[in-house]
Amino acid sequence: MTTAEKFVPIQTRSERPTSFDPNDYERPTGREVNWKHTDLRRLAPLLVDEETENVGRDGIEYDVASLEAGGYLVESAGHDAAPRGELFLPEDLPSAIAWKRCANALHVQIPAGVAVDEPLIARLKGLGADIHANAHIIIEALPGSQATVVLHHTGSVAYAQNVEIIVRENARLNVVTVQDWQDDTVHASAHQARVDDGAYLKHIVVSFGGGVVRVNPSVRLHGEGSETEMYGVSFADAGQHMENQVYMFHEGENTVGNVLYKDALQGEGARSVWIGDVLIGADAVGTDSYEKNQNLVLTDGTRTDSIPNLEIKNGNIEGAGHASATSRFDDEHMFYLQSRGISGEEARRLVVIGFLMEIVQKIGIESIESRIAELIEEELAAGAELAPASKAGA
Amino acid sequence: MSVLEIKDLKVSIETDAGPKQILKGVDLTINSDQIHAIMGPNGSGKSTLAYAIAGHPRYNVDSGSITLDGEDVLEMEVDERAQAGLFLAMQYPVEIPGVTVSNFLRTAKTALTGEAPKIREWVGDVREAMDSLRMDSSFQERNVNEGFSGGEKKRHEILQMELLRPRFAVLDETDSGLDIDALRVVSEGVNRVKQANKMGVLLITHYTRILRYIQPDFVHVFVDGRIAEEGGRELADRLEEEGYDRYLNASV
Ligand SMILES: Nc1ncnc2c1ncn2[C@@H]1O[C@H](COP(=O)(O)OP(=O)(O)OP(=O)(O)O)[C@@H](O)[C@H]1O
Ligand SMILES: [Mg+2]
Repeated sequence: MTTAEKFVPIQTRSERPTSFDPNDYERPTGREVNWKHTDLRRLAPLLVDEETENVGRDGIEYDVASLEAGGYLVESAGHDAAPRGELFLPEDLPSAIAWKRCANALHVQIPAGVAVDEPLIARLKGLGADIHANAHIIIEALPGSQATVVLHHTGSVAYAQNVEIIVRENARLNVVTVQDWQDDTVHASAHQARVDDGAYLKHIVVSFGGGVVRVNPSVRLHGEGSETEMYGVSFADAGQHMENQVYMFHEGENTVGNVLYKDALQGEGARSVWIGDVLIGADAVGTDSYEKNQNLVLTDGTRTDSIPNLEIKNGNIEGAGHASATSRFDDEHMFYLQSRGISGEEARRLVVIGFLMEIVQKIGIESIESRIAELIEEELAAGAELAPASKAGA
Repeated sequence: MSVLEIKDLKVSIETDAGPKQILKGVDLTINSDQIHAIMGPNGSGKSTLAYAIAGHPRYNVDSGSITLDGEDVLEMEVDERAQAGLFLAMQYPVEIPGVTVSNFLRTAKTALTGEAPKIREWVGDVREAMDSLRMDSSFQERNVNEGFSGGEKKRHEILQMELLRPRFAVLDETDSGLDIDALRVVSEGVNRVKQANKMGVLLITHYTRILRYIQPDFVHVFVDGRIAEEGGRELADRLEEEGYDRYLNASV
């Protein structure tokens, strides 16, 4: 069930307009290629260029104790303070507003040559669905360093977020962002990363909670021999909108990139959107690239869009491929498993966990994995009452 | 001894044009350790009978009964029927996304026996069963039926039968799509489980070839939703010679 390009936008991803100034953007109407599938109605609070923390209280409580204790937090970076903006360029209105309205960026820096064994977990808690918060976060791995940085989001808020990720020469960085929000949260996040010579970035997006969650990661494999693995897993329940627009740009020579996103959906109005763009640049000889999106539809009433695009500007590459597949867990699957003695509940568990675990196992952080296991249990419990999807085409 | 008893079974399905009766009164009694072959034209309702025994929700039982040692099978959920010892090797096994064969087999075994099988023994059993069905062990890591060829799917059905050890197995055209060697290997599997378990078998087929390997005690001719004639092995040979015309004319 692998499909090739379904849709090629007129405007290629590398040519998207960029600007730091919110005034340079039209208010999106929903016809634009990057907004077409988004729930703009619910995301509306993030389209307003207003004073951050608009009701006079903080929108997000940042618990960064573990980073502080280790000395990995650098003094907050103002708009002009390097490395803020070294590579980050807002590509849409919420991102430009977040850039403008966040005076002091949170700056995580891993010192050169240092390997940090313990994951560094920043806990971000939303303090109210009526609060509009904006943030710019910098995660910088200095040459030869190694670390895992986690952003774990909980609570309720309207949150626009920029994450600027710099992986300098020969550094190895894992970034995990977990959207464990309450369902009244709306969250638009732009992650932009650059990976330098010989460096490696593993980037994982985990979205289970939130009303509208749009996390758009983009990785530029800039350095020679740089490498990235971009993973994502989401679970959209009734009424939830989970979206990822993923961009991987092979810029340097001999870069390796692998993208795999898995989205599960259940319940009325559950929605997922995945747009995956890969660009293999004119100088990117020896590129090895693959991207895939897989969706698992567990009930009727859901909708998923999956749009992979691949653009190749040089002929001298190792390999490039893309795939998109949507499977339905329907009553025929249920019957097959039950006819082997497996209960309905266990059958659903088998299918859901079998599907999601491939990504969850890549996280490699026990506390986060066990939290995700809890979230999966909650989804299974929520889905227990729902009938499997009716047979496609029946 | 166990007995699976089907009495005056009438089954219909919902269609766009309203309910349609498929089974029009089926009577069949299968004792453990017996092999019953069912042959009949396309569309006569053989798979419908198989699915009705297994409890597929699409098939509505309008009247009649199915009992296993006196227990009412129709009252049981699909998984309870498997727990009670019924097994259906399907004509068209479905692909299950994201579930590996190995995980699936272990989960099914655990569900049937009520406890997780001892890991070392189980791994050995699975390997042995796969070897005897000439299935490469790499299938264990693949998703259930995903991308399996027609014949591979059939072998995988018999692999499950071998590992789950039912009391009664319904084999719905398991021989269709098997190559000549696979037919023999699969038949040996069926005979093995039958011997070890005193398993009763309901074998649905279009071809007499499989009956050379799996000796039927009874052959039933299935026409238009009911059994039109019963006999021994020789009935199959006669069908091969004459086809179903005799019955079809009679039923007009
Ligand atoms: N949705 C449906 N609408 C109309 N008729 C249906 C529907 N589903 C099944 N049938 C009919 O039910 C009848 C019995 O089908 P069944 O699959 O039991 O036949 P079978 O004897 O197993 O045939 P085969 O030898 O081809 O496997 C067929 O005539 C089939 O067309
Ligand atoms: Mg059939």
